[in-house]
Amino acid sequence: MTQNARQHLTRNEELIFERSSPGKNGYQLPELDVPEIDPARALGEERVRGGIEGFPEVSEVEVIRHFTRLSTWNYAIDLGLYPLGSCTMKYNPRINEAVARYDGLAWAHPYQPQELSQGAMEVIARLEDALCEISGLDAITLQPAAGAHGELTGILLVRAFHQARGNPRKHILVPDSAHGTNPATAGIAGYEVRNLKSNDQGMIDLEELAHAVNEDTAALMVTNPNTLGVFEENIAKAADILHAKGAMVYMDGANMNALVGIARPGDFGVDVMHINLHKTFSTPHGGGGPGGGPVAVRSHLAPYLPIPRLRRAGDKLEWSSDFPESIGRVRAFYGNFGVLVRALAYILAHGGPDLRNATVDAVLNANYIRHRLRPYFDLPYDRPNMHEVVFSDARQAAKGVRTGEIAKRLIDYGYHPYTVSFPLIVHGALMIEPTETESKLELDGFIDAMIAIAHEVENEPQTVLKAPHRTRVSRVDEVTAARRPVVRWTPEANIAPQTTAADLVGAANVQRPE
Amino acid sequence: MRYLPKSDAERREMLGACGLASADELFEQVPPDLRLNRPLALAPGISEYEIADYFKMLAQKNANGYASFLGAGVYNHYRPVVVDTIVSRGEFLTSYTPYQSEISQGTLQAIFEFQTMICQLTGMDVANASMYDGSTAVPEAAMMAVRITRKHRILVARSMHPEYREVLRTYARDQSLPVEEFGYDAESGQIELADLERKLDDQTACVILQSPNFFGVVEDTGAVADLARAKGALTVYTFAEAVSLGILEPPRDADIVAGELQSFAIPPSYGGPFAGILATREKYMRQLPGRLVGETTDVNGHRAFCLTLATREQHIRREKATSNICTNQALVALMATVFMELYGKQGLRELAIQNLSKAHYLGAKLERRFSGPYFNEFVAQGNGAPVADVNRKLLERKIIGGLPLREWYPELGNAALVCATEMTKRADMDTLAEVFEA
Amino acid sequence: MNYPEDYRYTKQHEWVHVAGSTATVGITDHAQQELGDIVYVDLPKPGTKVEKGKSFGSVESVKAVSDIYAPISGEVLEMNEGLATAPEKLNEDPHKSAWLIKLKLDGNADFSHLLSAADYQMYIGTES
Repeated sequence: MTQNARQHLTRNEELIFERSSPGKNGYQLPELDVPEIDPARALGEERVRGGIEGFPEVSEVEVIRHFTRLSTWNYAIDLGLYPLGSCTMKYNPRINEAVARYDGLAWAHPYQPQELSQGAMEVIARLEDALCEISGLDAITLQPAAGAHGELTGILLVRAFHQARGNPRKHILVPDSAHGTNPATAGIAGYEVRNLKSNDQGMIDLEELAHAVNEDTAALMVTNPNTLGVFEENIAKAADILHAKGAMVYMDGANMNALVGIARPGDFGVDVMHINLHKTFSTPHGGGGPGGGPVAVRSHLAPYLPIPRLRRAGDKLEWSSDFPESIGRVRAFYGNFGVLVRALAYILAHGGPDLRNATVDAVLNANYIRHRLRPYFDLPYDRPNMHEVVFSDARQAAKGVRTGEIAKRLIDYGYHPYTVSFPLIVHGALMIEPTETESKLELDGFIDAMIAIAHEVENEPQTVLKAPHRTRVSRVDEVTAARRPVVRWTPEANIAPQTTAADLVGAANVQRPE
Repeated sequence: MRYLPKSDAERREMLGACGLASADELFEQVPPDLRLNRPLALAPGISEYEIADYFKMLAQKNANGYASFLGAGVYNHYRPVVVDTIVSRGEFLTSYTPYQSEISQGTLQAIFEFQTMICQLTGMDVANASMYDGSTAVPEAAMMAVRITRKHRILVARSMHPEYREVLRTYARDQSLPVEEFGYDAESGQIELADLERKLDDQTACVILQSPNFFGVVEDTGAVADLARAKGALTVYTFAEAVSLGILEPPRDADIVAGELQSFAIPPSYGGPFAGILATREKYMRQLPGRLVGETTDVNGHRAFCLTLATREQHIRREKATSNICTNQALVALMATVFMELYGKQGLRELAIQNLSKAHYLGAKLERRFSGPYFNEFVAQGNGAPVADVNRKLLERKIIGGLPLREWYPELGNAALVCATEMTKRADMDTLAEVFEA
Repeated sequence: MNYPEDYRYTKQHEWVHVAGSTATVGITDHAQQELGDIVYVDLPKPGTKVEKGKSFGSVESVKAVSDIYAPISGEVLEMNEGLATAPEKLNEDPHKSAWLIKLKLDGNADFSHLLSAADYQMYIGTES
């Protein structure tokens, strides 16, 4: 077997509450330099609580060990290839972490005087300029906190635009290949969602589109490249069809990393889009967030952008809320500023030429995987792809093995699984996005693992069906978790941990210490 | 480029394996007239040293070495170094949402502990894995109340953070959810219950209050909840200063708690990234937006954690989802988790008492606008010079004064919101008082 | 599993059994198999009016939600409370003890659009 992983010792670790005992602490406060106030007297006895019931009491070293042990149970991009399609797991440069922690930036208060915030404001201004150049759009807001938040902002802009012309319109068109956030967003923005069927190539069907668009259509939400990883070659024609009826084109920028330096949404008819800074511009995913979801627009949507907006006044920058048509705020303060710092550092490190080179490498990696895995896995839409490639489990399903099980087996080989069962238009999808971060060696290891699993499906399907075999926990009971949800620890429900001492996972192959 | 791990020879080899002669052929699917046929107008890449230098220069252009009395939703609290030690570990920093539970147990268990501590902190039964921030948690709570009650009117306290109210209005407008405000008592700074009672009706989905409110005044949630319940409305409790819950009774009478955890070791960072929370009673669990982690077992009977009740979320329920939220603030919530575990039961209480003591020391030296009980910030009434002038004088002494309130609350006249935390030094408070009262 | 002869079925995989003016509604064995492990059932409270062909509730597995459509119009008399704490019953006994709701029918119910047991089994045979 060409497994790229061996077993490794990981320590068990209780919940922190099970480590707690009264009187331990992990902090020390300085002596008060003012008289201590009695809370009951200052606030009224009825408003004051005792200690927080159930809160842990542990020492500093226990906290360090607790989280260090937990951390060893995670897979991460720092450990290896993380081919989650649509999620763009690429290297997170450490200089970005360092600069975001500089005192003048990390400790800047959003209400400190603007003349003492010019450095922070310059980060925002420079990132705005760079993202407008990259997207080919005219104006931008960096306020939204994540992609879905950007989508909401973008659709509210569309709505404000139509409203200003007397009619907010009624529905949003969403292709059946779209991310789930698209229809969810349209719903929250007060629009009816109409699904648009893709053609037999998995692309926007122009006829279907022309039929669906009318004077009640507010916008089309489209992902380009789409969720199959293919550039929508008819995007400009689709935009013409929408614009002819006064409707807007919203682009979900989740796959923008396939376009940077190659093509610009503003040049192919997009009116408004969001950009996922945590995808394309490499700010860390951090186990699920934070993100950043800037929204870039053509000039006709600019008057509606959230306030405040940054503008230049001589050689100074200033915040202005003097935009009477603005949709208002979508978040307090100025967005996820710390994420903006990291994204700008990423852009500066690459510069124009290497941003394009990163795109080329990402697309090359995905095509290389397609070519090498195509003899082993079904390719329902067999055509050149951009940054990701979508196979189906059709051949393996015939042997009773599905995409979810192949994914679990991949873990045994030392790789994070691809995205399972998305996009919905591919039955049993395996959605693979390598990003530019992977070397040929890492890709070859992954490809060999996928081929080995394809052989296992033929020869020993049970091995795959019961995977993973080499992880701390295996086949977690999600059914019971959903039927009888336990979403917090309580002292009563606390079952004594099965093993308290140093218990080794995969102990069969390792010596157990005393 | 140092982040791109391939030699040109390897690139050629891989292109060859794809049957391509050049990298440009990779992009043939992009119609030529849609391609960018020029280089991006961005300077070439720079070295790590130059990046560090550039951001150092920017950081120097911001306030450095000032004592600050700003609060108003973003608080200066000490950040134990352990927090960054842990969140800088690549296994937390560079992992994705824990969908593959077998190789994400670390993140999952940390979130489970987070959910538990948020429940303990707020007195609620269930808390999700985090929202973007406090300002966006509020409209999510309001939308939740609308789903639960099937009513549409939202009543919000004028004493809630003005920017939170603006965000609420932006979200509510296009869902045809009317938002109305109720006032505060001019003397105490607490909610004017009579005004709330007048405005409550049978169409009200929820009443939203903040405590300590924007003026730093502690509210009596029970009285608000009683009025709301009588009209079949839910009570949404919001907080922006999480340290206050180290000493204040949790809002047991509320139905939903939406708040901001920035105070728990999250740097001010010019306003973000922060971490919002959303917690509620068990019966409303299925109306919660966002991710939830549950405890279960694996095939061998070992304790295990996984994301659960995902059918509420956008990737499954699409346009019928409880929210469109996907990415949350996991790593920032982890900062707060580490903080809560370090300080624990005693520490958070002690920290709260220090904040209370500092603010009350300062409060005794200035003329306070409101008489209601306050935690670590209060409205100071300027008597002589406009507070803007006072603040200019303070800047000369390396002090950033309180936040002028005239723009948001013209009725308060010449007033500033002043905050003191455990980081505030007595000498600076004396200086502030001296300049303020001059 | 046996598809009772005296039930009527829909192409959305619900069944209905009428006794006097009361109709009992559930989902078919085929439906529960397609859904897999059922983790949650969302049902309307007594007093709710349901309309033929319209969704009145939903059934959830870990990663999917399926709407349930009323085979017939009426007012909800009773919902199967037991399913709230034991949704797995719907996997075990969908045609009997794991019924979903009981309806009071509006006047003369029209069954002409519903399938017989034999027709339904033929339909699911061709569907798969």
